[in-house]
Parts: sequence; structure tokens; C-alpha cells
Amino acid sequence: MTEKILVIPCSGIGKPFGTIGRDATFRVVDELRPDTAETNCLSLLVIGDEETTRQVKNSRCIAVDGCPLECAGKNIEIAGGNVAAHIRVMDLLRENRGLKPREVTFLDEDGEKLSGLLAERIAAKVDELLEEQR
Amino acid sequence: MNIKPKVGVISCSGECCSLGTLSRVATRMILEGVRPGTVTLCLPLFLAGDSGEREFAQRFPTIPVDGCHKQCAKKAIEKYSGPTAVDVDVEALLEMWGAEPPASRRVLGEDDIKLVERVAMEIAKRIDWVQGEQDA
Repeated sequence: MTEKILVIPCSGIGKPFGTIGRDATFRVVDELRPDTAETNCLSLLVIGDEETTRQVKNSRCIAVDGCPLECAGKNIEIAGGNVAAHIRVMDLLRENRGLKPREVTFLDEDGEKLSGLLAERIAAKVDELLEEQR
Repeated sequence: MNIKPKVGVISCSGECCSLGTLSRVATRMILEGVRPGTVTLCLPLFLAGDSGEREFAQRFPTIPVDGCHKQCAKKAIEKYSGPTAVDVDVEALLEMWGAEPPASRRVLGEDDIKLVERVAMEIAKRIDWVQGEQDA
């Protein structure tokens, strides 16, 4: 297993939840945990790219899914990867019923708030998985 | 009344670099105003979903919008649904225009938005062409 935790969002394009998962993932790998977390293209996994499949098989993955179809988690599993944690945007939405994100292309204020909360959750999970590894 | 044939657009939305963000935002721009009758699908559903996405791309012309030369969206459509008539390779467009990709994959600046608009126009041209072919 490689040291860095691989965070893979579904990046669903039809509703705000996919954008929230994608945005939160970038916050984690670029800002909050750049030394311990990374991401890769889910689309590469979908087409069966060898290098990406190998990376997924050799990493502990956090799947970040925007809707109940759970494309990120399912694609990781289809590729033979290990979904060490599955984070669902809908769960966060249920816990924050006052926040109602509407915009998909560029997140609105509520979407940004949810993305920030989700990023913290993902970062905490990265730390937890690394702690288990030690 | 001239009813235009349905056309799908699939963005790779690649997470590796900012080119995936360009492909995604340009695709959203198509749906939200440039060509609002267009349909989009989530690329990961081709493998993880039911057969609906694959069937759509088999029945209707579907244009892949790829961020980089790896062309995952194009490959996915061709693997699961059949050949594509036209495609968009954002990296190739940027090379042709002598433009730099956005510095951030999360936040786009003013110049990046102008680039997104140019990419959206390229997608729109292809949609118009495909619809013209269908009408012919």
C-alpha cells in the first residue's frame, strides 16, 4: 500500500452535490492535506487505464459520492480497489438541512459552506486512515 | 416548426488538472445558456450505472468534451456505445490558441472564464454541425 490516501470524487455534473464533492476534494489535496492525500481522474478508471488502476489497487481510497448511484465507490470496487472510507454528500446535507445548494457550475454560498464542511470531514478521514496505518 | 435532434455532451471532468475543470465548466455553460436543449450525462455512470447512459449515447449523437489528450470521455463513449462523429480536446484547443491552462483546478479567474467561453463556443459549433447532419 502506498502512503498517500487517494481521494476520488464522482464529479457528477447534473446536480450541485457532484460539484460539492469535487470542490471539497480539491480543498483537501491542494490545501488541507497536500502531503498526505492525492486525487486522480475517475474517468481514467472508467476507461480502464492501467496506471490508474494500479494506483487505485495499491492505495487506500476515500470515495466521495454526490448521489445514491455512488459512481466513485462502485468504480473503485470494479477496478479492484480498496474503498477504505465512503463519504456521501447526501449525509452531510441531511445533517445541515438549513443549507440548500442550488448552483452546479459555480457553487453558491450554501454550496461553498457544504464544500468546506465536507473537506474537513475528508481531511479528518485521511488523518484517521494514516493513523491506522502506523 | 423546426425541431432540432437531441444531442448529448459528456465532459471528462478530470480531477488530475485544471483542464478537466475547463471541460466541465464549458459543458455546463452549454446546458445553461449556449445550447440549452442539450443533454449531459455523468461519465462514471457508463461503467457504474445501469444501461441508460450507454443506450442514450447509442441512440443520440453524443459529443465528448475532454480536458486532455488522453480523451477519456471519447474512449468511454466509443468503448460502451459506439463511434463518435466529433469531439473536443481542450488541451489541443489551448495549444492551437497558444493559451495557458488555469493555474487552479478549483477556482477560475477572469481570464480562465474567457477561455471557458471560447471552449463552449467550440462545443456549440460541433453541436450545430451534428444537428445539421441529422437534419440533412
